Amino acid sequence: MFQVRLHGRGGQGAVTTAELLSVAAFGEGKHAQAFPSFGSERMGAPVMAFCRIDDKPIRTREPVTHPDALIIGDPTLRHQVEVFSGLRPGSFMLINAAGAFEDLGLGEYIRPMRAGLLLVVPASRMAQQHLGRPLPGAALLGGFAALTGQVRLDSVVAAIKERFHGKAAGGNAAAASEAFEFVQAEREELADA
Amino acid sequence: MLKQIEGSRAVAEALALCRPEVICAYPITPQTHIVEALSATVKRGELGRCEFINVESEFAAMSVAIGASAAGARAYTATASQGLLYMSEAVYNAAGLGLPIVMTVANRAIGAPINIWNDHSDSMSQRDAGWIQLYAETSQEALDLHIQAFRIAEELSVPVMVCMDGFILTHACERADIPTQQQVDDFLPRYEPRQVLDPAEPVSIGAMVGPEAFTEVRYLAQARQLQALELIPAVAAEFERGFGRDSGGLLRPYRLDDAETVVIALGSVQGTIKDVVDELRDGQGMKIGVLGIISFRPFPFEAVRAALAGASRVIAIERALAPGSGGIVTGDIRSALLARPLPVSPVIAGLGGRAVTSASLRNLLTDGHADALEPLTFLDLNTELVDGELARTRQARRSGPAAENMLRDMGAVASRVG
Repeated sequence: MFQVRLHGRGGQGAVTTAELLSVAAFGEGKHAQAFPSFGSERMGAPVMAFCRIDDKPIRTREPVTHPDALIIGDPTLRHQVEVFSGLRPGSFMLINAAGAFEDLGLGEYIRPMRAGLLLVVPASRMAQQHLGRPLPGAALLGGFAALTGQVRLDSVVAAIKERFHGKAAGGNAAAASEAFEFVQAEREELADA
Repeated sequence: MLKQIEGSRAVAEALALCRPEVICAYPITPQTHIVEALSATVKRGELGRCEFINVESEFAAMSVAIGASAAGARAYTATASQGLLYMSEAVYNAAGLGLPIVMTVANRAIGAPINIWNDHSDSMSQRDAGWIQLYAETSQEALDLHIQAFRIAEELSVPVMVCMDGFILTHACERADIPTQQQVDDFLPRYEPRQVLDPAEPVSIGAMVGPEAFTEVRYLAQARQLQALELIPAVAAEFERGFGRDSGGLLRPYRLDDAETVVIALGSVQGTIKDVVDELRDGQGMKIGVLGIISFRPFPFEAVRAALAGASRVIAIERALAPGSGGIVTGDIRSALLARPLPVSPVIAGLGGRAVTSASLRNLLTDGHADALEPLTFLDLNTELVDGELARTRQARRSGPAAENMLRDMGAVASRVG
């Protein structure tokens, strides 16, 4: 089982993003379970959502406490220590940020983790460009596909097109594709270094 | 058709296939997504003559459902928590009048203090209202139970409450097999009411009944529940033939063969429990199994007794607290075991949305298997927090509001992962 925890802010679409990831995995014939953290959501408040992916039916209902991957939709959330709880050396982490990973100053939180598994992607900027709104979910999923290989980009795009129509579908799909390529390039750079 | 779909939407799609004629609801979290989806379906004209009625309160929602059902319509509503309490008087009336209304309860805690999260306090508070109560383990089972609920309700003229865990099931997006209209039509015949309010042939229903016959009316309520004990498994069996899925019924046993310890639970928490039971069995050879209760009303005393025939002890996971008594389900389990008493340990767990984690369950079941549980266990209770408040009430007369005191003791209320 592969377990993902998403952190975002109310209104950013963290819950929808988790659902889209589950639809993408379902499209590949996998079992998936997406659910929100059930807070009383308000715009801007920290929110969490979860997604599990497995080859067999998923029975557990507990929140994801030890994620295989962490997706952080707003870099300002890093100041909440809880965001990084349960991470393991092999966990992936994708942060929506415009700068370099090193500039985020996450030193103490990520010390045991492997450098190649922690990446940034400027998802909000990509969404602003393709969608006209800084909703980073689709771009984060494109980046997630490139980082973890848990779902394919075409499954993410199919999930987006099932959920959205017209400009929203096209813009989100384009943002996901750009983020996929961005993260792939980051990984190749790290592999060459 | 297999879909990756939110639990509420899956239930709404199943309900639409049941061809309801009147849907009335008042929005309350976490039930709202179900009736939102249904209202959109009605507005698109996909439900024919079905009327979606916006009402001004939950009391009105159940009252409209009663009126609609009495006029011969297949009626549906949904609610949760305080909404269910607010309609309580009408909930009893629906059962007393023998009207086969189907209602979803998206299980949520009851205040005060305000809490929007999941536990079973709401539906458990209505356990004696005369409704059948079925509890779903998964989204799939929730949607399947709604289809079965109309069959059971209409055959017996008893209302049925389908209970699904708020948020945990209503807001989870997972795989569900949505049946075809033909499958549902073959399974669920047109509603033929036993009694109809018809201006052409006026009758009155719900008139006053005095001491001369009230006991007999109540006796019939019990008799219909006993009939449901026969009907519920029969409907589930027929459902399996038509839909190819084992869904519904009275109980769901899991790895009970040679189980010395049996964990009894209702609803979605069974999933996490089964994962932990697999670990304990396969990893440590612990003889432990799970007995899920789907039908809480009627309570299947004989079936529970039979399922526990080889057990040495029972751990009852209670998703509601009866203050001053303890576990609600525990009382019924003990009644089922009067002829061959077993120790039953009630465990109050997952109140107001507290996650029931595998780590906590592992410790709990290990202790339970070793007969090391207290007479009443509160899973993951923060004893320091309650001891602090108890000390405060001893120290000062005007100690203030307990809930707010404890929140303050905890500092800023950060969002917790587990």
